[in-house]
Formats: sequence, C-alpha cells, structure tokens
Amino acid sequence: MIFLWAFLVGGAMCAAAQLVVDLTALTPAHALVLFVVLGAVAAGFGWYQPLVRLAGAGASVPLPGFGNVLVRGIFKEVGRHGAQGLMTGGLTASAAGITMAMVFATIAALAFRPKG
Amino acid sequence: MRASKDAQAAYRRLVQRHAPRVPLLRNTVLAFVVGGSLCAVGQIFMNVFERHGLSPERAGAMTAVVIVLLGALLTGLGVYDEIVRLGGMGGSLPISGFANAMVAPAMEYRREGWILGVGARIFSIAGPVITYGLLAAMVIGAVYVALGLPPPR
Repeated sequence: MIFLWAFLVGGAMCAAAQLVVDLTALTPAHALVLFVVLGAVAAGFGWYQPLVRLAGAGASVPLPGFGNVLVRGIFKEVGRHGAQGLMTGGLTASAAGITMAMVFATIAALAFRPKG
Repeated sequence: MRASKDAQAAYRRLVQRHAPRVPLLRNTVLAFVVGGSLCAVGQIFMNVFERHGLSPERAGAMTAVVIVLLGALLTGLGVYDEIVRLGGMGGSLPISGFANAMVAPAMEYRREGWILGVGARIFSIAGPVITYGLLAAMVIGAVYVALGLPPPR
C-alpha cells in the first residue's frame, strides 16, 4: 500500500512541477527552487510530515521533501540549543545527501566522459 | 524608436501562433509516471533501511543518499538525461534529478579545470536550491523562535 501512495504522491508533485514549467515562464531551475521553498513552508505549518507518514519516499524523495528536512532539522536544533539552531539545524539534517551528491559528482567527473 | 501598441500586440500573436505547442497532457502524465516510479524505487530502499532498524528520519536520509547515487551513476552512463527528456520535471524534481543537476555540469565542465570547472559548476543549480531552501527554512524557524511557538509535530 505504501508503494501506491509513494507513486501517487510523488507523481502528483512532479506533475504539478511540470505544469508550472509548461504554463508559466519559469525554467526548471526556477521550479526546483520554488518547490523546495514550498516544501519548507508546508513543513512550517506542520503539513508536510503527515504526507511523509502517508507516502514515505513519495514525499521525501521529491525536492519539497528537502525543504521539509531543512525545516525539521532547524526545529530539532532550536529545541536543543535555542536560536543557535537556526544556523546549524538545516545543513545538519541535510548533510548526508548534500555531501554525497558533491562526492559522487566529483567521482563522476573523474570516471565518465560526457556524451556527444 | 518604439513600435506602436497595436504592432506589438500583433507581433505577439504572430509569435504565439508559430511557437511550438506544448503537449500539456502528455508532459503532465509522463512527469507523473516517471516521478512516481522514481519515488516507488526510493520506497524499496526506505523499507529495507527501516527493516534494518533505522529510525524513519535516518532511513529517509539514507534513502536520499542511495537515490542520489543512482542519479549520479545513471547521469554518468548518459541514461539520466534520457529520463529527464522523457519525464521532464518527473526526472528533475526527485532528488536523483538534483544529483543529475550536479553531476552533469561536473562532467561537462571538467575541461575548464577542477576548481572553476568542476568545483564551481556543480552548484549552478544546486546552489540556488540550497541557498533559498535554507533561507526559507531559517525564516520559518525564526518566526517560531520569535513567537515562542512549539514546533509542529
């Protein structure tokens, strides 16, 4: 059942992003920034985590899930260290994904040649 | 020298008539199917990590790493560009697309050197995403701190 929800919720977010790109003057890069910010705002209202509980990777794999992780990380660190957490919580929670994306990108630049 | 309002409007209509029509329904359905499928693949790893005793948060973070690795690998092999061509935002919005946006320029700009080529271009799309994501998250956090609200569960 979780797979169906993951497919539906993740697919719906991607379809929405596609509509934004097709119907407005925004480029895909603009849409990515927009959806991360939307995810962060939804997390701020406490709306995003219920979606993660429902749809698992369907909510956490698309980029709004990244915004959710940033906000939840900040809430967590603020709970521990007060206002300092505003500065540390976001990157602490998202460190694994960002670090490994940088590592893999560098390795790929070494290992692969671009096509064409 | 400026064209009259009428001439501008007429020109705009001319451009619109000749611009390629976006196949809206096709694009939307493909984005849905491709993006949904990538998320379902992510769910497989999420289940494996949770079965091995990781907390939902940790499992989510490790799933993100695996999907980033997959996106990087498929980009290196030239497959992910095809996924994006097919699925549009269905390929770009999942975190594998975020990896693609870092890996593709890293490969492409290696000829400009490791510092200003690879090191800098990795962030041409990831940079704005991280910057404005963090900024938004910080502002939201600051509002909660300023108002003394308990964070949402």
